[in-house]
Amino acid sequence: MLLIRRFEEACGRLYMQGKIRGFLHLYIGEEAIAVGAISALRPDDYVIGHYRDHGHAIAKGMDPKIAMAELCGKSTGSSGGKGGSMHLFDVERHFMGGHAIVGGQMPIAAGLALSSKYKKEDLVTLCFFGDGAVNQGEFHETLNLASVWKLPILFLLENNLYGMGTHVDRTHAGGRHIYEVASAYDIPGVQIDGMDVLGVNECVSEAVKSIRKGEGPRFIEAMCYRYRGHSMADPTMYRERDEAQELGIKDPIDSLKNFMIQFDVAGEEELAKIAAKVDEQVNEAVQFAEDSPAPDMDAMYTNVYA
Amino acid sequence: MVQLTVREALRDAMAEEMRADPDVFLMGEEVAEYQGAYKVSQGLLDEFGAGRVIDTPITEAGFAGIGVGAAMGGLKPIVEFMTFNFAMQAMDHLINSAAKTLYMSGGLVPVPVVFRGPNGAAARVAAQHSQCYASWFAHVPGWRVVAPYSAGDAKGLLKAAIRDPNPVVFLENELLYGQSFEVPADGEHLVPIGKAAVARTGSDVTVAAFSIMAEVIDLRSLRPLDGEAVLASVEKTNRLVTVEEGWPFAGIGAEIAALVMENAFDMLDAPVGRVSGADVPMPYAANLEAAALPGAADIANAVRRVCYRG
Repeated sequence: MLLIRRFEEACGRLYMQGKIRGFLHLYIGEEAIAVGAISALRPDDYVIGHYRDHGHAIAKGMDPKIAMAELCGKSTGSSGGKGGSMHLFDVERHFMGGHAIVGGQMPIAAGLALSSKYKKEDLVTLCFFGDGAVNQGEFHETLNLASVWKLPILFLLENNLYGMGTHVDRTHAGGRHIYEVASAYDIPGVQIDGMDVLGVNECVSEAVKSIRKGEGPRFIEAMCYRYRGHSMADPTMYRERDEAQELGIKDPIDSLKNFMIQFDVAGEEELAKIAAKVDEQVNEAVQFAEDSPAPDMDAMYTNVYA
Repeated sequence: MVQLTVREALRDAMAEEMRADPDVFLMGEEVAEYQGAYKVSQGLLDEFGAGRVIDTPITEAGFAGIGVGAAMGGLKPIVEFMTFNFAMQAMDHLINSAAKTLYMSGGLVPVPVVFRGPNGAAARVAAQHSQCYASWFAHVPGWRVVAPYSAGDAKGLLKAAIRDPNPVVFLENELLYGQSFEVPADGEHLVPIGKAAVARTGSDVTVAAFSIMAEVIDLRSLRPLDGEAVLASVEKTNRLVTVEEGWPFAGIGAEIAALVMENAFDMLDAPVGRVSGADVPMPYAANLEAAALPGAADIANAVRRVCYRG
């Protein structure tokens, strides 16, 4: 979680320096979901998500150096500099992107699940999406198809209460318990605290067990908070500065730290060592990205066709 | 050689490829138990089972996206749209998920999916069931777009499309499904994507077309477009007429005209003539529909015009 946090903070700084451009959506505050969920998977289970994807990619094992290089548009990036922040892919680790159309990843996720069921592979597909995606037609199409065809897919809703600048109360008919929509498609659903990494891990582990037994899809709504704006371009005029405090939001990293210290799982010194190692990793990633070259001009025409 | 209808040729292409490669499967509305809305997939469910011939609900965006995801997961899906008019619901997945992904991932994620189905006019089915999408799809880099006419080309190009590691948009035509042609009996009959066929040689004018009975050049593929074949012919005849059933504005003919103007300007003895469908949504009335689509008379008139013979 700390690696993702520091990575995202570094991205924010690089963006302000003009070294990352375009759209940048930071995962700060939501780390418990990516880390808690993905650590409950097998290494070759599929993960796919939306454009706020750095946390998912890193949790799936992507090298922060090549992720940072991609964000900086360098040839050493995961997509050769041709995808950018919203299109990180690590096929070897079955991290299948990185998709910029809200809800677009959902039927693709079902397709990955279909492929593993077809090939009798015993893999689960974990599909991340936000509260903004639940009103897209294809959200409903995907849940229906996944249920009818009993696909091995876990739908994980990262509900940070805001679809960009619009609060869910203004957009979602049926109120705050979005997971209840899943029952219309015969998919068992729950709502959990997405700021609690251990709780996320436990819930996802249970769900994945059921899915692997062939019981069909599951739906988890993880409530969370995004500390920064929707993207770097967002001054968050639509919410109060102290909203996080008002809502009693607990930072997922601080929570875990306190838990570990309180229950003697780790001491301050050990945690400081981890923090120092993370800082080193992130600095290394930034340095690698800055030192890497931009793509060659002929890269413009490569990989248009296979 | 055997006599096959276009429908049978398409079915045979799919069956042969499904026999050869267990990763090939078909998905779409009514493809399995109904034997295909236009009976193109007749018999496939019996031979390959419900795991490989999959009936979908009416959910185009959903099943197009699933096709892309299945291709990303290593399978070779054939996604049938009952007609390409309904594919508009799935446009985001066709273009943003299928055509662009290999490039956006820097070559990491190929998407070997085939999207096929009837395109263009049928008979008296009115505006929302009659559009030709050739120009829209050919506009986008990242995939192949093919539009065969004969049964032999339909079979050879569909087999090639299924084997192609790129996404392929395969434009059929409902009115052609029942027409018979001679088809090579050889199971390995493949037609290369991107090559036009010279259906009839001549010296006075080049007529370039697709999906209709072209006397001279049958383009067969729109992306890549066999510009060399067109230019070689224009160098010989010095006059060109393009024919398509879709709308004229920014259509395939417009692209061919630009290509010839840029590469063979001095070869032209007359401006390129374009024959296209009328620039209106397809009307229902029989006489209006007939007038809205290009016919032999329209082509002959255009040919005379470019030959300065009235």
